[in-house]
Amino acid sequence: MKVILEAETIRSLLASLADQVLLDTDNPASLAVVGIRSRGEVLAERLTHLLAERSQAPIPCGTLDITLYRDDLNSPQGNEQPRVRTTEINFNVDDKTIILVDDVLFTGRSIRAALDALIDLGRPRAIRLAVLVERSGRELPIQPDYTCISTDVRPHQHVRVSLVESDGRDEVVVE
Amino acid sequence: MPISKSHLRTTKRHSGMIPHIKKKHKQFQWQRKHLLGLRELSREEITYILDTAEGFEQISTRSVKKAPPLRGKVVVNLFFEDSTRTRSSFTLAAHRLSADTLDFSKESSSVSKGETLLDTAKNLEAMGIDIVVIRHTAAGAAKLLSKNINACVVNAGDGFCEHPTQGLLDIYTIRQMRGSLEGLRVAIVGDIAHSRVARSDMWGMTKLGAQVTFVAPPTLLPPDVRQLPVQISYCLDEVVEKVDVINMLRIQFERLGGNAFPSIREYSRYFGLTVERLSRAKDNVIVMHPGPINRGVEIDSKVADGPNSVILQQVKNGLAVRMAVLFLVNQAAAQT
Repeated sequence: MKVILEAETIRSLLASLADQVLLDTDNPASLAVVGIRSRGEVLAERLTHLLAERSQAPIPCGTLDITLYRDDLNSPQGNEQPRVRTTEINFNVDDKTIILVDDVLFTGRSIRAALDALIDLGRPRAIRLAVLVERSGRELPIQPDYTCISTDVRPHQHVRVSLVESDGRDEVVVE
Repeated sequence: MPISKSHLRTTKRHSGMIPHIKKKHKQFQWQRKHLLGLRELSREEITYILDTAEGFEQISTRSVKKAPPLRGKVVVNLFFEDSTRTRSSFTLAAHRLSADTLDFSKESSSVSKGETLLDTAKNLEAMGIDIVVIRHTAAGAAKLLSKNINACVVNAGDGFCEHPTQGLLDIYTIRQMRGSLEGLRVAIVGDIAHSRVARSDMWGMTKLGAQVTFVAPPTLLPPDVRQLPVQISYCLDEVVEKVDVINMLRIQFERLGGNAFPSIREYSRYFGLTVERLSRAKDNVIVMHPGPINRGVEIDSKVADGPNSVILQQVKNGLAVRMAVLFLVNQAAAQT
């Protein structure tokens, strides 16, 4: 097990992420942040807070549950039976620039599902992908727009993200 | 465009807790590819269905009212008894999950030519169907079917035995209003003898910690009522002040021989939910009815349309609950 990000680094990387997102937009009021359950949700809330603080604009934030859009629902899942939870996006996504947030980008399949789920909610002006960790192992042609850290790990290795809100502390480890 | 790794500090740390991603659920696995009744389900299984249904509610409120989990699956509505809302609710639920549907009724099928239930089902299965939603006059029809075909079976009402999705949507609606059924007192009033809804409600609600009272004249109680986990009352006035939920059942004129009570007026006077009777109930009492309503018989129009009534909420929730059930039985089938 190797720690690749510690609390202080995660905090500063998210701050830089917020700065970069604002540099790339000319209208912060059109921004919205959507996190993928469950770790993406926590990161999305933190990012929204940083964006709102810096831009002084109200930035809507929502949570996406992608279970119904997964591509493995009709294959055996062993002990990892997917659990349907609620999607909570209480704003109109039409014409918004959505910053889609997840903790780890690995195969790209979750992001494919998230894109389909988002588009069923309306027609955003653009969707940008922001991830805390980008790792090797892509199975679909999906790449992030914003990456806090890239890491080259072996296929059998697992990148585990812990966050204060859900796990009691901020840390990213490779196991 | 990777961001720079400059170590900026934020002035204020976000510290809001997000309670629902706490590990509140053990790794529960849904195993059943058939939903036959609530009697056989555990409290944990019922809760799992209700939790799942919460995730389906928003599909009906957004611009594209459809999600893809049952894409390419076929759901057959096999109805040997009349139904409008249950059948349309199941059809809509299946469509919202992207399944195709096939409607089969007694009149339009070869059952009217003498074909048996199992032959009808096996013929349908030969066409490659995935889920059968069945309503039948005989208790146990859904169970019989589930033992003889490979498709998933969902009971939409079998005789006077069970109507599990109605029970689930009733429980879901109460849970939505009160957070939990633990310790609540529920009165189920009216034609209990001919009500599969009363039985599914009873099994489900008591498992979740509610106390159920059947309120009816003795002629409208089933013969086995003393063996059921309920209290019995022959007088609505005795019960109305004490309960948190009143579920008014429809008088099923089509099933009654005509001698269950002397007259409709007399029945309404003693067992109807009138404005006056409701005024003696708790202020926040929940008034339910599985529909269709006989206005002025078991329930006054003013009560059915009043602030305590959740009748239309029940219909709306029925859709989310049925989506959850179709999704879960299909998930269980995918595991095998």
